[in-house]
Amino acid sequence: MTNMNRRGFLLRGAFAGAAVGVGLPFLDYFLDDNGTAFAAEYGGGRLPVRFGTWFWGCGMIPDRWNPKKQGAGYDLPPELAPIAPVQDKVTILSGFSVSLDGKSNQPHISGNVGLRTGTPVDSWQQIVAPTLDTTIADTIGSGSFFRSLDLSADGNARTSFSYRSGTEMNASVASPMELYQRVFGADFHDPNAAEFKPDPRIMARRSVLSAVTDERRRMMGKLGAADKARVDSYFTAIREVETKLALQLEKPPKAEACVVPQRPADMVPSTDVIERQKSHKLMADLLAMALACNQTKVFNMVFSTATADLRKAGSTTAYHQATHEELVDRTIGYQPTVDAFSTQSMQGWADFVASMAAVKEGDGTLLDNMLVMAHSEVSYAKNHDVNGIPVMLAGRAGGKVKSGIHVASQGDAISRVGLTMQQLMGVPLDGWGTGSMRTNRSISEIMV
Amino acid sequence: MKDRTISKAVRIGSAVTALCAAGAILLAGTAGRADQPDKNMPKLRRLTEAQYRATIADIFGPDIKISGRFEPDLRVGGLLAAGTSAVSLTPSGAEQYEQIARGIAEQVVDNAHRDRLVGCQPGPADPNGAACAGSFFQKVGLRLYRRPLTPAETRLAVAQTLASARTLNDFHAGVAVMLTTMLSDLPFLFQMDRVVADPAHHSAQTLDAWSRASKLSYFLWNSTPDEELLNAARDGSLMTQAGLAQQVGRLMASPRFETGVTAFFDDFLQLEGMMSLSKDSLIYPAFRSSAGPAAREQTLRTIVTLLAREDGDYRDLFTTRRVAMNRQLSPLYRIPYAPRDWSMITLPDNDPRVGLLTQISFLSLHSHEGRSSPTLRGKALREVLMCEHIPTPPANVNFTIVQDTSNPNLRTTRERLKAHLDDEECASCHKLTDPMGLTLDSFDGAGQFRASENGMAIDTSGSLGNVSFPDAAGLGKALHDSPQVTQCLAQSAWRYAVGREALASEEPVTAALHNGFAQSGFRIRALFRQIATDPHFFAATSRAPIRTMAARPSARKSS
Repeated sequence: MTNMNRRGFLLRGAFAGAAVGVGLPFLDYFLDDNGTAFAAEYGGGRLPVRFGTWFWGCGMIPDRWNPKKQGAGYDLPPELAPIAPVQDKVTILSGFSVSLDGKSNQPHISGNVGLRTGTPVDSWQQIVAPTLDTTIADTIGSGSFFRSLDLSADGNARTSFSYRSGTEMNASVASPMELYQRVFGADFHDPNAAEFKPDPRIMARRSVLSAVTDERRRMMGKLGAADKARVDSYFTAIREVETKLALQLEKPPKAEACVVPQRPADMVPSTDVIERQKSHKLMADLLAMALACNQTKVFNMVFSTATADLRKAGSTTAYHQATHEELVDRTIGYQPTVDAFSTQSMQGWADFVASMAAVKEGDGTLLDNMLVMAHSEVSYAKNHDVNGIPVMLAGRAGGKVKSGIHVASQGDAISRVGLTMQQLMGVPLDGWGTGSMRTNRSISEIMV
Repeated sequence: MKDRTISKAVRIGSAVTALCAAGAILLAGTAGRADQPDKNMPKLRRLTEAQYRATIADIFGPDIKISGRFEPDLRVGGLLAAGTSAVSLTPSGAEQYEQIARGIAEQVVDNAHRDRLVGCQPGPADPNGAACAGSFFQKVGLRLYRRPLTPAETRLAVAQTLASARTLNDFHAGVAVMLTTMLSDLPFLFQMDRVVADPAHHSAQTLDAWSRASKLSYFLWNSTPDEELLNAARDGSLMTQAGLAQQVGRLMASPRFETGVTAFFDDFLQLEGMMSLSKDSLIYPAFRSSAGPAAREQTLRTIVTLLAREDGDYRDLFTTRRVAMNRQLSPLYRIPYAPRDWSMITLPDNDPRVGLLTQISFLSLHSHEGRSSPTLRGKALREVLMCEHIPTPPANVNFTIVQDTSNPNLRTTRERLKAHLDDEECASCHKLTDPMGLTLDSFDGAGQFRASENGMAIDTSGSLGNVSFPDAAGLGKALHDSPQVTQCLAQSAWRYAVGREALASEEPVTAALHNGFAQSGFRIRALFRQIATDPHFFAATSRAPIRTMAARPSARKSS
């Protein structure tokens, strides 16, 4: 509809050589004739499909997490026990790995960067490709109020794993109250409101912003390559503000599942795991309504940081320290504190899935029209293992994917997951990743 | 001669540090980068949140509230300032800036402010307000863009104001819409270096007077140029060395220079982390959430008093017993303190605290939430104060063997950490961090003094390179005497001032800066003055000795 922004996900000048060129516009490409997944448009008849990521830190204990049985009705090892109520909605992808190709394993970074960009490097500032959520947001995210909502339950705006380039991090909305104000604050238009009158103040803002920015663009002199890329990003960002203002001038399409939520209680961000579960749950419920109310189609949710900032109040040893320092209890064969935190993290995931499934939409639920990729940055945190990084999917992507199955890989490149997510969301890619992470094999087992 | 001694000391230091993964330790900023082609010398620097806030307060007054969340700044090579030439704007960041701008603009034109800040309105002589809008945006535009508006910019501002005023049927609302947009505009959000022919050297280029004014002001005051500095840009005097020196002298004589020094040390010491620092309230009940911001202020007040106000020696920060104190922090220091406000006190001779490293800010910032960390403290010492880079631990470390807190033979942190040193791979880096960090282990994770841990007296002996010491005072003395510490400060100040990483070609510049710093007795004022009057500070290209080094006093003496 209004704007198919020609936002490139071409990498900027700084990464020349690693750029992944995509011919734009490719609108027609993903509006497939028979699929239900991508036909929906803001204002159109069909329900949109949304994509999101859900992150938790410090992985799991493989023997206590990886199911043994494949396919539907997989077994739930102890650390996965919390997902029992939503098991039929959750697919487990186990055994997929980040290949380092001889590069160093930067603890708590390499695995995450490899999974989200297809190329492991030493720091987020050095990434050679954007994170997959941004390419998906560029494909399906336009037309809704937020191209993407980036969220973290830890209270820190810097906790984000969504990057367009090494210097362009999408900062997180980091508390329930801030999320509420961002989405349902003064700029929110209830899509189900009976009356709609375009606000002349928004008309004026849009018109002036557009005129001044056009003039600024004309006036920009010669710049070096890096500055030029930065200026391009600036104009793209301003253009997005204009697009939002334009959207606010149109009557939003009805969203039957949309129920404007109440303002949440303010919570002080905490690293205590029980408190974290509470603030995360509040954010998940608000996000569910942001999705149901057509405010965004793409999101990133961080439950705990990479290195897992979680603790139990009063304990000198936090989760991350415990992964390295706690002795394996020989009578039970694992680190008990680590096991408890890992299980609590899975409770967070189960809560999240339940929040999405609780919203009725069309003939099913909001979750049915979503695809969520949950992942961590390591498998066994004690030695920062990037083999077999745990991944879970939830949602049916509007009927495109199966749910509730277990796919076990024997160490395939984890870029297969990223490629599959992007292809399912209509990103026109034949292959993804570099080096031994390069793959053109999607995970067909999960396709309907 | 002196120069040579210093560089030798650095070489020795590097040899020691080379034990760590090969090549991993380099002076930050020059980290092995080849010189960049001129076209890649960044010319845009995004205002930091502090600069944005100070700028708005300077232009519209401190009573204008600024509410909203800023896009986080990026730390590059240890400095947020160096990240300003790397960041751009994300869509969500742009949205936030627009929202913040709207809040500001609405206040500027509201009934409480419009008379003072807008100062005119449509009337019989100016029926639609075109003249009023023109004069307002010329006046405010000069301050916001830090240069005069072009005629085209002025015409556009007037036309857009009037168009909005018609749509909204309200002149002041039209002004607010245009002002909002101006506050989201590139020349406001970013300092832009504009290049002109160098009047002193034909065929060379340099920054124009307006860009100079901007650089000087944000470096020395961390805010936008004032009227007088803009006048010096307008009349061209900033393009002469004498005019430049005069303005630098004026800016540094102002009390606002203290704000500039505060901003530098806040960035250099990474103290913004104190604002959200939390400690486990069960383990450290005395460390309330307000303790972090107070400890940050303590450190900055101490530094500004000693270095800016009293013009003291930077090295003395590590050995002084003087510290700014208030009633909130005094219990954490376990000293009585009655005054209602902050003041400088001198800790008694038998107090275990000496110098910057024993202040709550450094100790608590580089600790875990529920315990101290000699490794984090040692790492911060190396990275922040000595501009080294300590690699992250190897991925497959088995910490369990060395971190068995239940082992009755390893009761103190020192005993447990010592086990790292028996493992060669661990030892290469822990040798750099732990001997210094352990000296500070008589301060817990909240920075409070403790004599023992698990019933064992804490051994605070340690070493830095070849220098051994028995306690934190000895560590402070070792840092005081380390040329690497002053070199790090000088090159950090340079990177802070130029707002980017140092180029390999600038090594002579930073070496000369350090030389001058040493000759001044390590006075911050002298260092800042030297930077602000250095032609390299206004260089338009990364090459080029603009005016030869020999012309500069510090370089002449060292040759």
